[in-house]
Amino acid sequence: MIQVKNLHKGFNEQEVLKGINYTFERGKTNLIIGQSGSGKSVFLKCMLGLFKADKGTIEYDGKPYSSFSDEEQRELRTEMGMLFQGGALFDSMTVEENVMFPLTMFTKQRKSEMLKRVHEVLERVNLEGTGNKMPSEISGGMQKRVAIARAIVNKPKYLFCDEPNSGLDPQTATVIDNLIMELTHENDITTVLITHDMNSVLEIGERIAFLKEGVLAWKGTKDEIFKTEDEAVTEFVYSSNLFQKVRKAQQQGM
Amino acid sequence: MTYLHSIGEYFLMLKGVFGRMTKGSVLKNLIFKEINELIMGSLGIVSFLSFFIGAVIAIQTALNLNNPLIPKSLVAFAARQSIILEFAPTFISIIMAGKVGSFITSSIGSMRVTEQIDALEVMGINSKNYLIFPKIIAMLTYPFVIAVSMFLGIAGAYCAAVFGGFVTSDQFITGLQDDFDGFHLTYAFIKTFLFAFILATVPSYHGYYMKGGALEVGEASTTSFVWTSVVLIVTNYLVTQLLLS
Repeated sequence: MIQVKNLHKGFNEQEVLKGINYTFERGKTNLIIGQSGSGKSVFLKCMLGLFKADKGTIEYDGKPYSSFSDEEQRELRTEMGMLFQGGALFDSMTVEENVMFPLTMFTKQRKSEMLKRVHEVLERVNLEGTGNKMPSEISGGMQKRVAIARAIVNKPKYLFCDEPNSGLDPQTATVIDNLIMELTHENDITTVLITHDMNSVLEIGERIAFLKEGVLAWKGTKDEIFKTEDEAVTEFVYSSNLFQKVRKAQQQGM
Repeated sequence: MTYLHSIGEYFLMLKGVFGRMTKGSVLKNLIFKEINELIMGSLGIVSFLSFFIGAVIAIQTALNLNNPLIPKSLVAFAARQSIILEFAPTFISIIMAGKVGSFITSSIGSMRVTEQIDALEVMGINSKNYLIFPKIIAMLTYPFVIAVSMFLGIAGAYCAAVFGGFVTSDQFITGLQDDFDGFHLTYAFIKTFLFAFILATVPSYHGYYMKGGALEVGEASTTSFVWTSVVLIVTNYLVTQLLLS
């Protein structure tokens, strides 16, 4: 569980996050949605420790990040898995080496043990037999799945995903969404996912936080988001033609 | 102010490079990989250039020695002095700023653009140490490249001078041994070690702190070459002033 209390973050004169309070629950997919520039990525980077908050606290399982010693911070980071928007696979390494990387860096396992775990996770993300390929030799969707495999190989407690579906076709996007949700439930992970893809919200939005101009404007579930009358949320959710039609149909009782 | 900021940032980067170390077994593999890419990968072009520049130095010297009172062996003496003192350590380092420096900047810059450096940081890895420290250690073998350059430069001078009919083999060997000062080699290799550090760190700085996309990676590589060359030339002047004057 990650608890965010009164989080403020700004750059120069501009305040990007304006006192956010929110709890990301364990074993659930926690989505952060909002328009571009609403502060989603800054929020995520604060949680990852890449940005230092100006004010407020972020607690990991009840312990504030600011109270962590350097060693504890490093340990915490080994418990985090991150899926970057572009995958961020190391392009000089094969798929197998990419997935094995966290194990090589942080465990004292034998190579055979590491390879066993790597093959397990590659199988879990349906990428058996791709271990010897380079990231440039596989498709964007496969790269995302390799990145997921790398993020979960060290059995993280927290999984962060930054727009995991960007640049993917709808079918592959659904596969990635479902994979993230399944892994979250299977391993009881606290998953935090940034998206502005409403299909993802429909698929896996167990808990949703809506950010607007650095403020937490709304929170709820995927069922609640389509019923809310909150103007800011409806403006965002029904900005696409498809969802406008869905809403019309709902209103007409179809 | 921008320059001061960059200089400060460079030294802070160096502090980070020598901060928390990457796991030894991983580091060992990275160092061997860097030696292969940075050093072994440069031997071909360095050998080629050194041989032919050495040859040209010998021909130019021979063609300008018209006075019968000046011994022919001076061709070898002049070639030796120019190659050991300046051509091999300085000129080759500037070429390496283009070859190795651009490679370092673009490879680290691409990692920055594609969030690979962020990925390392999120995993709790000291990305500066992981990416830059192995390059610094690999570049400690750079004097080997310069030694090869010196040898082949003099070999090129020998071939051009002797087979071109400017001097006899004996005259060349005599000139090569004439008035030899061992300290000149020490000076050349002190410079080489400093240049190796500059070649590993200045391009790394330009790659590590670059912002933007693919276009900016190209711009960073060009800027990196310019600044690496500037720093090399200024360092060359300072070291020469300190050690030889």
